[in-house]
Amino acid sequence: MDLEMNLNAPHSMGTTIIGVTYNGGVVLGADSRTSTGMYVANRASDKITQLTDNVYVCRSGSAADSQIVSDYVRYFLHQHTIQLGQSATSKVAANLIRLLSYNNKTMLETGLIVGGWDKYEGGKIYAIPLGGTLIEQPFAIGGSGSSYLYGFFDQAWKEGMTKDEAEQLVVKAVSLAIARDGASGGVVRTVIINSEGVARNFYPGDKLQLWHEELEPQNSLLDLLNSS
Amino acid sequence: MSKSVIETPPKGGFSFDLCKRNEMLAKKGVNPPSFRKTGTTIVGLIFQDGVILGADTRATEGPIVCDKNCEKIHYMAPNIYCCGAGTAADTEAVTDMVSSQLQLHRYHTGRESRVVTALTLLKRHLFNYQGYVSAALVLGGVDVTGPHLHTIYPHGSTDTLPFATMGSGSLAAMAVFESNYREGLTRDEGIKLVTEAICSGIFNDLGSGSNVDICVITKGGKEYLRNHLQPNPRTYTSSKGYSFPKKTEVLLTKITPLKEKVEIIEGGDVMEE
Repeated sequence: MDLEMNLNAPHSMGTTIIGVTYNGGVVLGADSRTSTGMYVANRASDKITQLTDNVYVCRSGSAADSQIVSDYVRYFLHQHTIQLGQSATSKVAANLIRLLSYNNKTMLETGLIVGGWDKYEGGKIYAIPLGGTLIEQPFAIGGSGSSYLYGFFDQAWKEGMTKDEAEQLVVKAVSLAIARDGASGGVVRTVIINSEGVARNFYPGDKLQLWHEELEPQNSLLDLLNSS
Repeated sequence: MSKSVIETPPKGGFSFDLCKRNEMLAKKGVNPPSFRKTGTTIVGLIFQDGVILGADTRATEGPIVCDKNCEKIHYMAPNIYCCGAGTAADTEAVTDMVSSQLQLHRYHTGRESRVVTALTLLKRHLFNYQGYVSAALVLGGVDVTGPHLHTIYPHGSTDTLPFATMGSGSLAAMAVFESNYREGLTRDEGIKLVTEAICSGIFNDLGSGSNVDICVITKGGKEYLRNHLQPNPRTYTSSKGYSFPKKTEVLLTKITPLKEKVEIIEGGDVMEE
């Protein structure tokens, strides 16, 4: 087995990212694993980044590329908000991301899901995958772990869910992807955006529901450490 | 039909023109000269009063140790220090450059530098060079907003963490941190943990070795503990000692006055524009 690890390999966020609209807003969810080759460089990263008070973006793909793109868009949106005189809409944010992604498609490797709430359109989710397409959807999934969720969402997604139903759906989906995808793991983070504002939630990895063939932790190091 | 060509000035930034050629040569077996790398174990952690950074002191040139006691903890600002892993020239150059930029910024704003400023300057520079500036950094400091610790990767991505390790010995050091780190460590506990982590890198990683350097940064100030621990002293020294001649030996003295060899022309033409 080749154990050689290039610790200076570009950071990629293996990732599972999800964005879901519900009756009154959106819920964004993501795992927290950033990998460099086979090593987990950050087991508690925050992949849901703020663009404005009411628009957030889930990042996947190359960590450097997605951080830079979201930094530029945050800067442009800040200027836009000042010039416009009111908060930016999620459509404008998604468009700015799309322009950067499409016009630099040969150099960037990043898949993003923009989610936000504004007074004109309510809660909206926009997916901007690798080539720079912009597509508005009632729910979107991305990242390497999303491959395992297409069937799940086809069956479980319903129009007009409540806030709690939507959040439970997102947590369940990320948890299922973490169980099957090696490049996703850690904790589940969710961000709920609606007319009242933004709420962040955190679900530690060992508190998630166990799936098929997953065992209860036995002689876990965490228990040994906590008891001492 | 003639085609008019408008000359555009070359765009700034790195020229990637020779990269394909270099790749092709490497495949044919022509390798570029190896450069000095700091194999390295570098770590940082946040404790109750601030940040502690630690590093080993071995610099390697391929399989050879070229510097047994180099300094990997670089000064960025009076309240910010940065450990560097990767190509030694790159880490030195990039930390020096950002340190100067921070000082100019301090003069401009009249305020103490913030860690996020250093972070943004570093990550923008590294991203612009698309990973070719091979510098992996652990940046730590205390500013008005509190203690901060960040890791910066050669491609420009950053992470903000309570404890971090980088370099070839990062796995060994991370194992120590993951088992023993907790929030609210005291200064002595923090130094002890950082020393253990670096020692773990020194003894288990071939690219790291020699001594342990520590830097403790708190709101009150900083303490740079150079060679805080020296677990690898020279074990064999000759009892007779080594003697070297005190000055250069003079073998021959020959003086040739040049005036005889060269024609000196007085005067001449005045220089005209």
